[in-house]
Amino acid sequence: MALLDIQNLRITYDTPDGVVEAVRNVNLTIDKGETLAIVGESGSGKSQTAFATMGLLPHNAQVSGSIKYQGQEIIGLSHEEMNKLRSNEIAMIFQDPMTSLNPYLRISDQMAETLIYNSPDGKRMKKKDAIAECVRMLEAVKIPNAKNRIHLYPHEFSGGMRQRVMIAMSLLCRPKLLIADEPTTALDVTVQARIMDLLVELQEEFHMAIVLITHNLGIVAGSCERTMVMYKGEVMEQGSTVDIFGKPSHPYTQGLLSAVPRLDQDEERLITLDRSFETQLAEG
Amino acid sequence: MSTKEPILSVRDMRVEFKIKKQNALPWQKPDILRAVKGVSFDLAAGETLGIVGESGCGKSTLARAIIRMIPSQGGEVFWQGRDLMKMNEKELLGIRKEIQMIFQDPLASLNPRLTAGQIIAEPLKTHYPNTSKDEVKKRVRELMEKVGLSGRMINRYPHEFSGGQCQRIGIARALITNPKMIICDEPVSALDVSVQAQVVNLLMDLQKELGLSLLFIAHDLSVVKHISNRIMVLEFGDIAELGEAHEVINNPQSPYTRELINAVPIPDPIAERKRIAERRALEASA
Amino acid sequence: MMVDVQKMEQFAENLAAQEEVQGRSLFADARRRFFKNKAAVVSLIVLCCVFAFSMFGHMIAVWPNDEMDWGILGQIAELGAPSIENGHYFGVDELGRDLFARVVQGTQISLMVGIVGALIAVIVGTLYGAIAGYTGGKVDNVMMRIVDILQSIPYMFVLILLLVVFGRSIFMLFVGIGLISWLDMSRIARGQTLTLKNKEFVEAAMATGVKPLTIILRHIVPNLLGVVVVYSTLLVPQMILTESFISFLGLGVQEPNTSWGALIAEGAGTMQYGTLWQLAFPMFFFIISLFSFFFIGDGLRDALDPKDQ
Repeated sequence: MALLDIQNLRITYDTPDGVVEAVRNVNLTIDKGETLAIVGESGSGKSQTAFATMGLLPHNAQVSGSIKYQGQEIIGLSHEEMNKLRSNEIAMIFQDPMTSLNPYLRISDQMAETLIYNSPDGKRMKKKDAIAECVRMLEAVKIPNAKNRIHLYPHEFSGGMRQRVMIAMSLLCRPKLLIADEPTTALDVTVQARIMDLLVELQEEFHMAIVLITHNLGIVAGSCERTMVMYKGEVMEQGSTVDIFGKPSHPYTQGLLSAVPRLDQDEERLITLDRSFETQLAEG
Repeated sequence: MSTKEPILSVRDMRVEFKIKKQNALPWQKPDILRAVKGVSFDLAAGETLGIVGESGCGKSTLARAIIRMIPSQGGEVFWQGRDLMKMNEKELLGIRKEIQMIFQDPLASLNPRLTAGQIIAEPLKTHYPNTSKDEVKKRVRELMEKVGLSGRMINRYPHEFSGGQCQRIGIARALITNPKMIICDEPVSALDVSVQAQVVNLLMDLQKELGLSLLFIAHDLSVVKHISNRIMVLEFGDIAELGEAHEVINNPQSPYTRELINAVPIPDPIAERKRIAERRALEASA
Repeated sequence: MMVDVQKMEQFAENLAAQEEVQGRSLFADARRRFFKNKAAVVSLIVLCCVFAFSMFGHMIAVWPNDEMDWGILGQIAELGAPSIENGHYFGVDELGRDLFARVVQGTQISLMVGIVGALIAVIVGTLYGAIAGYTGGKVDNVMMRIVDILQSIPYMFVLILLLVVFGRSIFMLFVGIGLISWLDMSRIARGQTLTLKNKEFVEAAMATGVKPLTIILRHIVPNLLGVVVVYSTLLVPQMILTESFISFLGLGVQEPNTSWGALIAEGAGTMQYGTLWQLAFPMFFFIISLFSFFFIGDGLRDALDPKDQ
């Protein structure tokens, strides 16, 4: 059984200007321990798909289709059930770690809180044990001197370190699925490389599946087994990363790949995306 | 390139910021952050110099200090042989129409209360206040067509354009006074990949057509390599490396440049995985 | 190839329509959203009615506002109640004067005080705050300390002193209210300016050499307007309340002129004689106007800040 199985997902929004379709007809499956990349530009619906999986869509969104996590239907779950799922099974990290960390609380308090209230075995953990566990997790994401730095405030960490804290926090409850929404977009390239290395390493260590949502084709090539390309709320193609990058079958994927300048090649002129396939989309 | 007289030469540029310490008393001396530590370079007419570096390396600060948008603590900037740093306000205004700027965030760099036409016309109205209304409008339309926007959009507001179109408005605004040099501060980093290619192509076409010099600031090495003749790598306000684009990318001399290049992912699974494996092996041995 | 497609599209577009497309400004958008807000629209209509009442009410009034009706004086509780027959639509006040005419006149004064006070706040406060915020450094420091000092003076005390020393007049009332009303506004404008100053479009104007005053008037102030407009709709009732309070103390407008505050004070004083209409009518206008201003302010805030939706 697949870990996550999304069928015919459709997300619409009621806006003052009428109903807007953000995502339509998305099908995807993720197995245990697998890495899937969802690639797309802004407005492609890649984040919407992830938010739907996490049950984090705004109130005016309507979701239809089916999202099954380990065979259990997620759409229509109550708040409490969804919270339980979020705290024990599925975790998410975001582009800007600062928005998900409370600037007025020490890292230790924020991290321990998750453990004390949502410990995996259902029992309330003692604060001292919780903090010890948090330190272990910070060491797992390679934060040097974690024992002392756990008592700092979020703004005392650099961007890369903050993202590491977020990752550590999301791993506390040993999730089986980690959704990473543009985790390295706000970071410098050297930091990005280290964070991606870390994610791959942690995946092996914790045996979790990762959904990497990004617009950066380079980091997908380096670390994801499968890739799904989205455009304007629809899936253009999906398959193994090697196939998609090696011989992309959809004109959009081809266009996207040729529009990026590459460090290891010399292009005379960048080939801009030919959007003539859109007419086929509209007709089909 | 080097045989030509440089249009801009910067000598020993230094910029410092005073940082107030937390809980400091008013009479205590503030800390000093040296953002740019003595940078020198030349830019020839029609040349593109790419400036790369990670956040906080001082690349934007350097650009703003060159055109005196922020004060500098030393150094000389020769614009066509005249020292910018010694000019008075009036002389500086004359220079401002020759050096224009393009910004990172396409939407934020346009005043939301003005129409595209008003935005593009602003530099023209500042430097040539006597231009007639019809003349201004003609010129604005001409430039809109040049950057690939329909002249019919002249009365639209920024929020009615897409990100790529907004950046084109920004480029049109920078071009309207016929500048000799444009400082591009991360002009494509906020754009989608496919739009980024269009804007890069547009900039390169315009440069060829108008003989512009570009100072192209970006953190994306691939884009900088593509557009630049020469590349300057900045590290903590110092030049780590400065040379022909090919040389810098294919044969980097400084360890910092090498680290940067190694970290840039390549959209090719087989090659990229090989690189990652090599990088890890290198780290493991070190 | 791609360029050709683009050129063809453009060519087709040019052929299709040469005329310019009219843009929708942010204000046009806001107006559309505002008129979708029912509470705000109703409030706007109510407020317009109150305005019309204050402008044209004296034409319907049978009695002037300062003439006593000798036939009723002495039997106000019995004969002074509102009636159509004797022309006292809202009844008469304690001294037998026509309450309708007095409410019309009081509404004029109260609305004027509110609007003039808010206008001073908007113009002086916005410019002061924008200049302080944009200039920054020492100038900003000095300008804002002046605001601090002015704000630290107990203004009610100063106002009362002013009215006592220079005599009670509407002009002095305006001076007094104008002196204090812009202080808060200047702080708000300065705070907003500080964020706007770092926006790239202001930087773009600076880089191209636009003069500071032009930047303030063209780039900063129009972008402050959203906040300023919302705040000023809340400021109008605040000014009206201030004036009412001063009039309630008996220091406001001078007889035979009156205002909502003065009328309510009189009405409250005669409550125990059973002449409740003397309190009810001015109170009614006072309350519906204040509510209208608050709802309009609310509607404007929602309309100008679409991010909340």
